[in-house]
Amino acid sequence: MSTTEIRQALPTGIWYLDSVHSSIGFEIAYMAGAFRGQFREVDATLEDTRLTGSAQVASVEVKDENLAAHLQSPEFFDVERYPELRFASTDVEGGDELTIGGEITIKGVTQPVELTGRANEPLTDAYGRERFGLTLETKLDRTAFGLNWNLPLSSGEPALSNEVTLAAELFFVKEA
Amino acid sequence: MKVLALSGSLRRDSYNTKLVHAAARLLPEGAELELWDRLREVPPYDEDDDVEPAPAAVAALRAAIAGADALLVATPEYNSSIPGQLKNALDWVSRPLAKNPLRGKPVAVVGASAGAFGAVWSQAELRKVLAAMGGRVLEGGVAVGHAPTRFEGDHLVDTELREQLAEVVGALVSETAAREASRVAA
Repeated sequence: MSTTEIRQALPTGIWYLDSVHSSIGFEIAYMAGAFRGQFREVDATLEDTRLTGSAQVASVEVKDENLAAHLQSPEFFDVERYPELRFASTDVEGGDELTIGGEITIKGVTQPVELTGRANEPLTDAYGRERFGLTLETKLDRTAFGLNWNLPLSSGEPALSNEVTLAAELFFVKEA
Repeated sequence: MKVLALSGSLRRDSYNTKLVHAAARLLPEGAELELWDRLREVPPYDEDDDVEPAPAAVAALRAAIAGADALLVATPEYNSSIPGQLKNALDWVSRPLAKNPLRGKPVAVVGASAGAFGAVWSQAELRKVLAAMGGRVLEGGVAVGHAPTRFEGDHLVDTELREQLAEVVGALVSETAAREASRVAA
């Protein structure tokens, strides 16, 4: 049994993101395995169970600056024209897992999306502020958002998967 | 608005250079096209030489692209692909990738060949290279096949091909204007 109580609903009130400890990242199958990256500049707000969030494309973090430049180019996110990824929830459902429905906007294309995950019970930190953690994940087809780059391998198979997992580890602090 | 043009063919009476001149006449008012004509001076890419200061022709090409709002490339086709000297020049410009002057810049590709197909494979490969460099590559092209029969002087006399070229030039100008507008707004 987990020592952390799992809460299957989002807390009410206004909560702001502790962006230093939070992360929004992606994982995608690339040739031999999973490749991961994340966005350094992220933001999110939870206001009476409505969740909104964003990530700055220019802050994409991978281990090579030329790869980061490729991800920012028109072949991928096109940072110049679409500098931000956005999410806004429309409904929240409890259950075995927390399910948050909403719309995600990537490269100017908005699509419905369902995020699943869990929210921890709020606790009081060492400075007397209320905090809670929210872990969410979803899978998307990147080509639905116009991120179409690929490279055929000698087998004829593409090097890069179309399916991407987006994963968010969000730390929220309650409005003082 | 300044469009820089490259012709992938070095010879004096190049059909691709004529195609660039034909494109220049189709530009709307307020846009100007400059042909960068020093392609033959670019040395073979050698990472040992890729240091500051860059070879003169390389520095000039990088500066010309940096100073332009858009790029138009006219390419012939050598053995189903991009002419070596053109690819070599782009390889120089691309380094380092994260800071190369083509990043985000609208670019259109057209081509002419003496054969029937008008350098279509070369154009496709060139689009791939320019996109890998981070250029905003337009999809449409112009394939001038049987090039010796399509020009009088440096005038493209085939009406249909001239309309296609006008369409590509128009799309390049609109894309560039849209980019400028969004940068002013940002």
